[in-house]
Amino acid sequence: MELLLAITIGIVVATSVYLMLDRNALRFLFGLVLLSNAVNLIIFAGGRLTVGAPPLIPDGAYAPVGVVANALPQALVLTAIVIGFGLLAFTLALVYRTFMTLGTVNSDEMRIAEPRDKRELDTGRLGMGKADPEHPATGQEAGI
Amino acid sequence: MADDYPKVDRVMGGPAGWISIAFPAVLFLYFLGLLPQIVTGPQVHGIDWVPSLGIRLSVLLDGLSMTFALLITGIGTAVTLYSARYLGQHPDYPRFVCYLLMFMVGMLGLVLADNMISLFVFWEVTTIASYLLIGFNADSAKSRRSALQALLLTGTGGLVMLGGMIILGNVAGTFELSQILEMGDMVRAHPWYMGILLLFLAGAFTKSAQVPFHFWLPNAMAAPTPVSAYLHSATMVKAGVYLMARMNPALGSTEAWFWILTIFGGITAVLASVMALRQTDIKQTLAYTTLMALGSLTMFIGAGTHYAIVAAMTFLVVHSLYKAALFLMIGIVDHATGTRDATMLRGLRKAMPLTGLAAALAAVSMAGIPPMVGFVGKEFMYKAGLGLDGFGAIWVTAMIFAASAMMFVTGGIVALKPFAGDLAETPTPAHEGPWPMLAGPLVLGGLSLFFGLVPGVLGHYLVGPATHAVEGEVHEVHLYLWGGVNTALILSLLTFLAGWLLYRSHESIRARLIAFEARSPIDFDAGWDRLLDGFKAVAGWQTRLIQTGSLQRYMAVTFASFVVLVGGTYLVKGAFGAGLGLTTASVHPVQWTVLALIAVGSILVVWTHSRMTAVAAMGVVGIGVSLIFIMFSAPDVAITQLLVEVLVVVLVSLAMLRLPYLPRRSKASFRPGHALIAGGVGVVTTFLTISVLGSPFDRRLTTFFEAASYPEAHGRNIVNVILVDFRALDTFGEITVVAMAALAALALLRGTAPRKEEN
Repeated sequence: MELLLAITIGIVVATSVYLMLDRNALRFLFGLVLLSNAVNLIIFAGGRLTVGAPPLIPDGAYAPVGVVANALPQALVLTAIVIGFGLLAFTLALVYRTFMTLGTVNSDEMRIAEPRDKRELDTGRLGMGKADPEHPATGQEAGI
Repeated sequence: MADDYPKVDRVMGGPAGWISIAFPAVLFLYFLGLLPQIVTGPQVHGIDWVPSLGIRLSVLLDGLSMTFALLITGIGTAVTLYSARYLGQHPDYPRFVCYLLMFMVGMLGLVLADNMISLFVFWEVTTIASYLLIGFNADSAKSRRSALQALLLTGTGGLVMLGGMIILGNVAGTFELSQILEMGDMVRAHPWYMGILLLFLAGAFTKSAQVPFHFWLPNAMAAPTPVSAYLHSATMVKAGVYLMARMNPALGSTEAWFWILTIFGGITAVLASVMALRQTDIKQTLAYTTLMALGSLTMFIGAGTHYAIVAAMTFLVVHSLYKAALFLMIGIVDHATGTRDATMLRGLRKAMPLTGLAAALAAVSMAGIPPMVGFVGKEFMYKAGLGLDGFGAIWVTAMIFAASAMMFVTGGIVALKPFAGDLAETPTPAHEGPWPMLAGPLVLGGLSLFFGLVPGVLGHYLVGPATHAVEGEVHEVHLYLWGGVNTALILSLLTFLAGWLLYRSHESIRARLIAFEARSPIDFDAGWDRLLDGFKAVAGWQTRLIQTGSLQRYMAVTFASFVVLVGGTYLVKGAFGAGLGLTTASVHPVQWTVLALIAVGSILVVWTHSRMTAVAAMGVVGIGVSLIFIMFSAPDVAITQLLVEVLVVVLVSLAMLRLPYLPRRSKASFRPGHALIAGGVGVVTTFLTISVLGSPFDRRLTTFFEAASYPEAHGRNIVNVILVDFRALDTFGEITVVAMAALAALALLRGTAPRKEEN
């Protein structure tokens, strides 16, 4: 099982990296979601896999009876899931706001801080609020 | 020095001024009191500073450091007294005093340090103080440029020297100079000797402004005159000379040492003498004569014979005395007449008799005319030059002849011409300077005469012990004014003749030099600017190359680095063996299905060009992951994962309502390079996970939590106990992160609500 799990993790990581290398911020976001899933799996698997024995202490006992699953990575992954969610929500808000302000989700076209050349600075490429919120899919529609 | 600043009413510079005068004066007396002990032999004291690195704050007090310490504090007293009157009413005078005292401490530390690393630290203190002092008139662009030039040049030299010190320290096994200087034979025979030598000389040559690093010194004259007198003639620029003299027992007496020092020193001396003639600003003239002195000192330390060292040590004192006096004198003239132009100054002797006297004493010493101490110095220089072998003798003697003749001329230009003849018109009417400004030049000029008349005192107390320190062995030193009729005396007389002839025609020579300079293609100062521009161009090119501004590029580089570094380590360390025990046997069909679900889901996210399909596929992956948590005994994690996954899908779907569609998939949208990187990261991750899972497992921490969970925290769900009890602070941090993310998202989303239709 460990071998197969490791290969699956590799596949998820590879797809997420490919997505994060995309110019499109949405695809980047998808990559981020997949990557945090993959990393959580690695941490979880790092504590070794135990079938059918959750880390619980039965009534009347002072310690778990028999071998139970490793509790520590579970606690770590719980924390990681929540923080990953916080990161995702923030990134999503950032992408959303960027699109509303700049009218693009293409990271190469976001050049306010580092204009490609000085002319962009002068000719008002910096014009804010170019987006048309009524028609968000300007020129790149591909259908649902 | 212009007086166009708002004056602040202070008597002798106020408290800052009094402190600045008392500090060097007290130290001077202290060192003077130690002098008789030093004549008998060197002393070493010290405390540990950074013991683990072998860095000690130790003091080496021998003839050489004593001579420097007396010059620093003695001339320092004259200069601070002078500055209190010269700049005492300047609004920034207290700042000036801070810089000057900082320099003084740095310079004293430099010459007294026995540990090379502390020597380096003090070396850089003087560099920084010099930067601040040259740039004291910070509203002048020229001052700022000169200050930066001096800082960059001497600072770089200092860093290079540090490299030499570290190598030498490792070769010798200690950073204490007093021990290294006794290992000279071992150091000279070491294969790294040449490297050490060149690194040290880079520091010494930049600090002491030897060709080709000489151009910063004339520019440093942008500093106020007392600073020029103190740092850029009497003390700081001699730090390089000090270093060479100090290292002579360890690095000196080799062919390389001899030729590098005598050739560069000689060229510096003669080039500077010629350049001195070309100047009309008498402060610039003096700046170039300082270069000439530094060149001569370098040359004689390089020559290395007993007479050469005596000549160098004598000339060191001689030069400091007359040059500081002349600079201070020029400050008075500038102050009193409003100009420093040699062509405008005439006949000041009646209006400024005491200034004239100080100028005469110093200039006669500079010209090397008896009975001044300058004559003693020159005699020994000739003697040293004639005492060398073969080509060295011709080279050194010729260089000294040329430089001395020029000194004679410059002495006349800076001290004879402005005071002789009829009074000429100057921007402000000439008047005598105040006593605090006159005291220094007069005392220094008087000392030039005193030491000339009784050279034995100088020889016994300063030059003798200093020579012992430089040579590393004891020889009797006997200085004298009259050595009988010999070759040196005849050369001296010839020098005067040549000097006199040159002085007669110096104005036409100056005109020709100016014309020649205008046509000459060699300009070090402009070259410096081109060098800096070149740096800027390279920096710009490199920034454009690395910082493309493309997020995609940065990400690709980061991931590729991960593949290369982690994968490379994996290969080099041969970590494949760790996971070999793992098999695919005994995998339940349900597990197969879940894993396949996850893999297919993530591939679908990449494959699809529909946002909704992608979101759904992400959900599939998330649910698959939570199924794995359930299968492997983590129900709490699985629940959280499921909840979060639902929230993610909802949030992303909501955002999709107003975000653009994904671009249509085309052949061009496949990126093979990125696919390669992504595949690499995936493969490396898989192998890492396999080797982690195949390694022995240390369960100690988990065992502790299992044992302590109920007895200590009264919880039966161990995961929950860890979260809210053992690692409660982490959980608190996690809550904070989520709260911050929510606040930041709120701030971002504010004002982006859909606009209402106008009608």
